[in-house]
Amino acid sequence: MTGEEILKDIKERFKDDIIDFFDKTPRRVYIEIKPESIVKVAGYIFKKLGARFNITTGLDTRHHMELLYHFTFEDINLIISLRVKLKKDKLEINSLTSLFAGANWIEREIYEMLGINFKGHPDLRRLLLSDDWPEGVYPLRCDYKEWDKKAIRDRGV
Amino acid sequence: MARTIVPIGPYHPLQEEPEFFSLTVEGEKVVDIDVRVGYNHRGIEKLSERKTFDQSTFVIERICGICSTSHPFAYTRAVEDIIPLEVPERAKYIRTIIAEGERIHSHLLWAGLAGHFLGYNTVYMWVWKLREEILDVMEILSGNRNNYAMFKPGGVRRDIKKEDIPPVMKKLDSIIPNLEMLKKAIRDDPVLHARTKGIGILTKEDAINYCALGPTSRASGVARDVRKDAPYGAYDKVDWQMIVARNGDVFDKLMVRINEVLESIKIMKQCLLNLPKGEIDANIKNIPPGEGIGCAEAPRGEVFHYVRSDGTNRPVRHKVRAPTFMNLPTFKATVIGETISDATIILASIDPCYCCTERMAVRNVKGKKLYNGEELIELSKAKTQKIKDRMGIK
Repeated sequence: MTGEEILKDIKERFKDDIIDFFDKTPRRVYIEIKPESIVKVAGYIFKKLGARFNITTGLDTRHHMELLYHFTFEDINLIISLRVKLKKDKLEINSLTSLFAGANWIEREIYEMLGINFKGHPDLRRLLLSDDWPEGVYPLRCDYKEWDKKAIRDRGV
Repeated sequence: MARTIVPIGPYHPLQEEPEFFSLTVEGEKVVDIDVRVGYNHRGIEKLSERKTFDQSTFVIERICGICSTSHPFAYTRAVEDIIPLEVPERAKYIRTIIAEGERIHSHLLWAGLAGHFLGYNTVYMWVWKLREEILDVMEILSGNRNNYAMFKPGGVRRDIKKEDIPPVMKKLDSIIPNLEMLKKAIRDDPVLHARTKGIGILTKEDAINYCALGPTSRASGVARDVRKDAPYGAYDKVDWQMIVARNGDVFDKLMVRINEVLESIKIMKQCLLNLPKGEIDANIKNIPPGEGIGCAEAPRGEVFHYVRSDGTNRPVRHKVRAPTFMNLPTFKATVIGETISDATIILASIDPCYCCTERMAVRNVKGKKLYNGEELIELSKAKTQKIKDRMGIK
């Protein structure tokens, strides 16, 4: 399938799930979908269309917590990013680990860095942060305050 | 049988970087593995948000001493994707030359360490001697043996001088015969076969399921290479082959990397010969609000960077995904069921990022014979023949 056919297929099949469709360039497409549809859409892209899962980017904006699931279609040089906006008072989404094992570690990382709960993840524990890091402190959130006054960190800039 | 947990790390003489492996074994058989990472977590994604787009290039370069080109390559491509902008032709060629030089030295470094892990220190010494040549090449081209600082959003920071090209070509030509010999030695060596063939197999299905990248996936028959799939730099303008193997064992991972080194030399030579004239920098003035994605094929697989800009001179979010992040979890599929003596080489076979740059020198020891390179190779060949005879291999 060519890039246009894939995008048309996704648009028609998931027209109730897609909120916004933005093709920045022919090779970089951003599709915003409803949070509850992520397993359905990502599963179709990975299993049926044969895309490769790159990674998930999590970021904290002023109004929402955003997750971007990047998928690469290798043979046609196209990257689709599925954008999900989560409300800040309900930070949970279904895990993709049941679809492919590659999602396991990045969901653990986003869980500790941004405090997003992945429902159905088999092993949701910390990945990178040390054991003495306090509970409920999420370093990649906008409102993060340095909790350890003794730590030597980058105070410059 | 009773289960025992064998901890490896986080600080261990065999490992250059801290990681913790907890192997659950029954007798000698590994039945479960858990990997704990994070001992080297420096918060670079957060740090990058505080730096300007130009400063970030240097921070990103220091994520890893070995992939010190791949990260800036992907990052600059992500920033250029925000605008969007094409860098000048000459800059593309120079970027490709530096990236391939890095791949050669990284693969050779790994091949040496693999020999070391197998208890085969002859391979280790040979390969690292070859690697010195390529580090000299990089020093001629960029001024540094590692951390080349050649990249900036919009182009490269330093031009390649015309008079530097002939000595570089000569050095590249001089290591090809040695590499061919190394390839033959690895292909025919009975000890290496016994230690690596059929060990730690990553099946094609598992490679897809774990989203494995680079040589780890290519050894399992998944033809996946950003340089071919989404050509960037000058990769679509030179003639080269993607190396793919079938079995997914340690031996295939070894062969894929050795063959890739030869392809990389081919790419470097073509780029140096056909280096176009012109500007090396597009001179970016400001970066508009938006988001960009950049990928580059590092020695270990695809490096993925996502950068979001809000129109100021600093990124709002910078996501970095190194290839080892996807390759490490494949241990669950490769180590379980193998014996504990094979675990070290399987753990090393994905080439987890080791950061070490040691130099070595020849010292004359009084009263002892000092062998030169040829004599050592002859000695080694004679020993291999002896082992072959003993094992009854023709």
